Amino acid sequence: MFAKLLFLYCSLVILASGLAAIRMRNPVHSVLMVLLLFFHMAGLYLLLGAEFLAAVQVIVYAGAILVLYLFVLFLVSLKEELRLGRFVDSAWLGMVLAGGIGAGLLYILPLFVPGRRGQWPPELVRQVTHTKALGQEMYSTFILPFEIAGLILLIAVIGGLVLARKDKEAEQ
Amino acid sequence: MIPLTWYMALAAMLFAIGVCGFLTRRNVIIMFLSIELMLNAVNLNLVAMSHSLHSLRGQVFTFFIITVAAAEAAIGLGIAISLFRSRRTVHVDDINQLKG
Repeated sequence: MFAKLLFLYCSLVILASGLAAIRMRNPVHSVLMVLLLFFHMAGLYLLLGAEFLAAVQVIVYAGAILVLYLFVLFLVSLKEELRLGRFVDSAWLGMVLAGGIGAGLLYILPLFVPGRRGQWPPELVRQVTHTKALGQEMYSTFILPFEIAGLILLIAVIGGLVLARKDKEAEQ
Repeated sequence: MIPLTWYMALAAMLFAIGVCGFLTRRNVIIMFLSIELMLNAVNLNLVAMSHSLHSLRGQVFTFFIITVAAAEAAIGLGIAISLFRSRRTVHVDDINQLKG
């Protein structure tokens, strides 16, 4: 019962703040709404017994990515943004398309057939503790994807450096 | 116990909200933010499914999605900054150089 109430609260806040984030005029307010959304998403992860992912959600998404967004928003001009319209000219087309995608996804939802069960029931995960179980799985079965993820982060660092560097030849 | 379909319905609605934001907003940065919303919807789906199917694969995959989202945010926002530096705008309908 408590879990259901918590789920309903979290999902209501997630939907409301998501809608507010894409409708608000001031981009800083949008980012703050998404911050609220990420915190409640972490709450849902806790409800699903994924403590490590909830912590990562708060640390990486709310702590790092959104701060990056705020930095960039403050670097570009906000005054003009508040004066101009929020939406592109053919916004209704996008809204219809998004509504169609949402309705289609909800329509095909009952057709979902769950696959075979794995070997990590929630009780076992709780017993081993979630972080340890995830680490065991990640460093044994998924070691190659883990390395590739590291490579992707390296590429992001190099790409960020290249993009942020000032072009000296163009200045002269 | 919360049924899996509730989580999937929530994820579907959040994904639709993300698509709507991506297609309608003018600001490039808010468009990137909408992509984050869509990624979060997929993450929620993966975690809920891996919880109910007794497997950790979905959660490991969520971990990688968060990595990719961080990389995407870093590079996308770098592009937005350099775009603003050269064009003084972050609005998608002002960026029409490639239209010919």
